[in-house]
Amino acid sequence: MATLHTVNKSPFDSSTFNECLGLAKSGSTVLLFEDGVYAATAGTKPAEAIANADGVTFAVLGPDLKARGVEGKIADGIKVVDYDGFVDLVAEHDKVHAWL
Amino acid sequence: MAKKFMYMNTKAPYGSIYALESLEVVLIGAAFEQDVSLAFIGDGVYQLTKDQSTDGIGMKNFSPTYSALGDYDVNKIYVEKESLEERGLSLDDLQHLTWEDEDEDWAEKDSIRLVSRAELADVIDDQDVVLSF
Repeated sequence: MATLHTVNKSPFDSSTFNECLGLAKSGSTVLLFEDGVYAATAGTKPAEAIANADGVTFAVLGPDLKARGVEGKIADGIKVVDYDGFVDLVAEHDKVHAWL
Repeated sequence: MAKKFMYMNTKAPYGSIYALESLEVVLIGAAFEQDVSLAFIGDGVYQLTKDQSTDGIGMKNFSPTYSALGDYDVNKIYVEKESLEERGLSLDDLQHLTWEDEDEDWAEKDSIRLVSRAELADVIDDQDVVLSF
């Protein structure tokens, strides 16, 4: 079952991101939004963990990057999507696991 | 007699209301002519990133307000070095905040002071009142 995981908390302020990464299976997608987008910024431990997560696809919500002034700091290999792209991801997966 | 007030900012902007509420309290406090310092630690350093643009998320971009702090004599803004580094950021990623020193013919000076965790601990130790957001 292809799962879309969504993470909206900062990886530095909450354990959600690490818990999600630990349980996301190969073939699933992790979408980072709201304060979750900080996990996608280059030069951080979370970005390193993303680079090492084989078989998991990562996406990040563009408007939340722009709001926080970190649009230019996104690590390689992470796809930026808009709200329509968010909806597409939900439609493409069998279920959504919204991490809180 | 003026007391030394420090406002500790520890949360990222937009994901919660803390950052905006802290800014409101700081501006109110500044009107009472106290000795005000701000510290940004942990995710709080994200409050000061430049080029924030909130058009896409339907929230008010309050980041330009930080540049007005100098006009309210709030010019001691401590940013913790370790917190910046952990987040892959440097001073160049933050807004350039300044104030004008009336004792030196309104010379423009930097408001942000990059400090180590140990240095910040000493600054906090010296305060009369510490408020955390």
